[in-house]
Amino acid sequence: MHTKSLHIVLIGNPNTGKTSLFNNLTGSNQKVSNLPGTTVEEKKGFYILNDEIINVTDLPGIYSLYPKSNDEKLSVEYLLEYSDCIDKIVFVADASNLSRNLLLLSQVADLGIPIVLALNMLDMAYKKSLITDIDLLSKELGIIICPINGRNGEGLKNLNLQIQKKSNLYQTTFFNPNKEQLVVIEQEPSKGTNYYKWLKTYLKYTNNNPKEIIDISNVLNESTIAEETTYRFDKIEQISNQVQTKKTLNAKTVTYQLDNVLLHPIWGFAVFFSVLFLIFQSVFRIAKYPMQWIESGFAFTIENLKNLLPNGVINNLITDGIIPGISGIIVFLPQIIILFFILALLEDSGYMTRVSFITDRLMRKFGLNGKSVIPLIGSMACAIPSIMSTRNIDNKKDRLITILVTPLMSCSARLPVYTLLASLLVVDTSFFGLDFRGLLMLCMYMLGFIAAMFFALIFKWILKQKEKSFFVLELPDYRLPRWKNIGITLKDKIKDFVWNAGKIIFAVSILLWFLANYAPNNAFEKIEEKYKMYTLADKQEKIQSEKLEASYAGILGKSIEPAIKPLGYDWKIGIALITSFAAREVFVGTVATIYSAGNSDDEQVLSDTLKKQKNSDGSILYTPAVILSLLVFYAFAMQCISTLAVTFRETKSYKWPVLQFVYMSSFAYLMSFIVYNIFK
Amino acid sequence: MNAAQLLKGEKGKILKIEINVLRCKLLEMGCYPGNIMQMKMLAPLGDPIAFDIGGYTLALRKEEAKLIEVELI
Repeated sequence: MHTKSLHIVLIGNPNTGKTSLFNNLTGSNQKVSNLPGTTVEEKKGFYILNDEIINVTDLPGIYSLYPKSNDEKLSVEYLLEYSDCIDKIVFVADASNLSRNLLLLSQVADLGIPIVLALNMLDMAYKKSLITDIDLLSKELGIIICPINGRNGEGLKNLNLQIQKKSNLYQTTFFNPNKEQLVVIEQEPSKGTNYYKWLKTYLKYTNNNPKEIIDISNVLNESTIAEETTYRFDKIEQISNQVQTKKTLNAKTVTYQLDNVLLHPIWGFAVFFSVLFLIFQSVFRIAKYPMQWIESGFAFTIENLKNLLPNGVINNLITDGIIPGISGIIVFLPQIIILFFILALLEDSGYMTRVSFITDRLMRKFGLNGKSVIPLIGSMACAIPSIMSTRNIDNKKDRLITILVTPLMSCSARLPVYTLLASLLVVDTSFFGLDFRGLLMLCMYMLGFIAAMFFALIFKWILKQKEKSFFVLELPDYRLPRWKNIGITLKDKIKDFVWNAGKIIFAVSILLWFLANYAPNNAFEKIEEKYKMYTLADKQEKIQSEKLEASYAGILGKSIEPAIKPLGYDWKIGIALITSFAAREVFVGTVATIYSAGNSDDEQVLSDTLKKQKNSDGSILYTPAVILSLLVFYAFAMQCISTLAVTFRETKSYKWPVLQFVYMSSFAYLMSFIVYNIFK
Repeated sequence: MNAAQLLKGEKGKILKIEINVLRCKLLEMGCYPGNIMQMKMLAPLGDPIAFDIGGYTLALRKEEAKLIEVELI
């Protein structure tokens, strides 16, 4: 039995190899969870060392204890909240950038929690011709230092030794609150060091923003913090000048040479567009094959289960409701895995920050930020993780606008809808040597992007927030991707996607199944009765489509028909529109059911069936005007409950998901109306 | 002069940061008086600017770089 346990916390600047260390320490024993009431993830893990359980918490990287963005706030609040039960802080620092790392270290050290410094990237520092005297640094700080190599796990043994040891070094106090600050914190009796009390008071007042803040605003303001920071840096400079010597100046590093190309006015953009092209190609071309396997796998399972299970409601629910619902999520996994893999690769190598850097100027014009580009690109796969990734945008207004417009980018769920509709619209012709359907797809993606920019611009004018937009971003050195980290990130994101989207799609598909399979007033029996006399070849199909019309889903579709008539849709399309709120791709399956086109996996059959559909007056239903109108509707409408849920979670307000739903759907309605009337 | 006026490759010693909401953020990122910043690269569209500060690269918009008063060295 493991009787003893220790709680350690990893903290440090971003890009210092904290996550690598966390992965090296805990292996696969980790869990990412969203803290209740916050939007920020905390990572927890554990490992066993000499019969002792070591619980590790990995906090988001921060630059100082005075938080500016949401994830920074979490780290600081965690440290203050749990200061009593943290046995040791493992501070991870980048030796190649010592002074800036030591600022945070000095702040954390002043909180009075036992600390050990894991000094990472000494090899990088050496490449930059920096020689570090570790023993002297340790003496000056009063903190034990373990040199580590986050990449290959060197130095881990020694670090583990220090984690378990009780430190008996006397930690240096870097800063003590001055007289005025002490007066403020005396109103707040709590234990801990003076700096701990001061920080707690500071956070409390800046969070609550009560009247009292005015009384003490001469103490609690930016100036005080700036003074404190300058004071700390003075001390740190003295130390780092002693312990680090620079041999030569201006070594031309790999990063420097790469940046000359990747940030070049012409080559920089050329590389950026090639990367985008590569993402597109892999998401659509490579993912196509595993998607086909998954689809046929599910079709096979459904068919066999149908025969295997006894006939009845349960059989129906499973094979028509639940499994198709699950397959609707699983089929997108290949695309999402590929996209996340490429994004993680770009992120880990340090290229993503460069994309932000080269596009910031352009994005700013639209009320966005260089950092908005990453979520926008990501939402070509799925808006849900993309909205979550806006957390690192530290300006509230920029972040909000990014969240609001991100779902306008055409996500992978719209792809099957576009594909089906495009097959109705054009025969396989080429247009100046280009595949017409491919061209149409490209237009749809452009349309989404243009709409996103357009609305960003509108929100920029409408949303009044006094907070100024800014862009202060570290461009980390390029490095080879760390496959282990990428693997773990990928695993977490996929789990998150399947679970979050999965449970909603699952619930809605059961609901839909119920709506489509039950009708009021024994309507189904009456239909069966009616057809008893006939011996038509397509009797079963006729019964099915009449049943659908009589079902709750049919009633629902008919009830919204007047609203969608101006767009050129009938009640059958209405049902598909409603079911699409579970997930857009449900459109394809619903249409297949409505028109009883049989096996929906055969796209050609479905396409041919749709082409034959007639209006009640005998005219063709799917005219180019209707198809274009539908394409536009699916491009712009907010038909994704999961996205709305995630927007709610990230903004912590009902206002924004409601606004997102209203503006997107009304815009979709308006545009479809215009398109339909132009082409009618 | 301010940091936005540095030409590619030029180095400036930071004298002070103008009083502004971003003052603390800039300080924390290493733009403290006495430190040296070198203009590394202009973004392709002319803004933001990448600086080398104490061995790492920091990107700032021109507007923000203007807040940093430097002395050419």
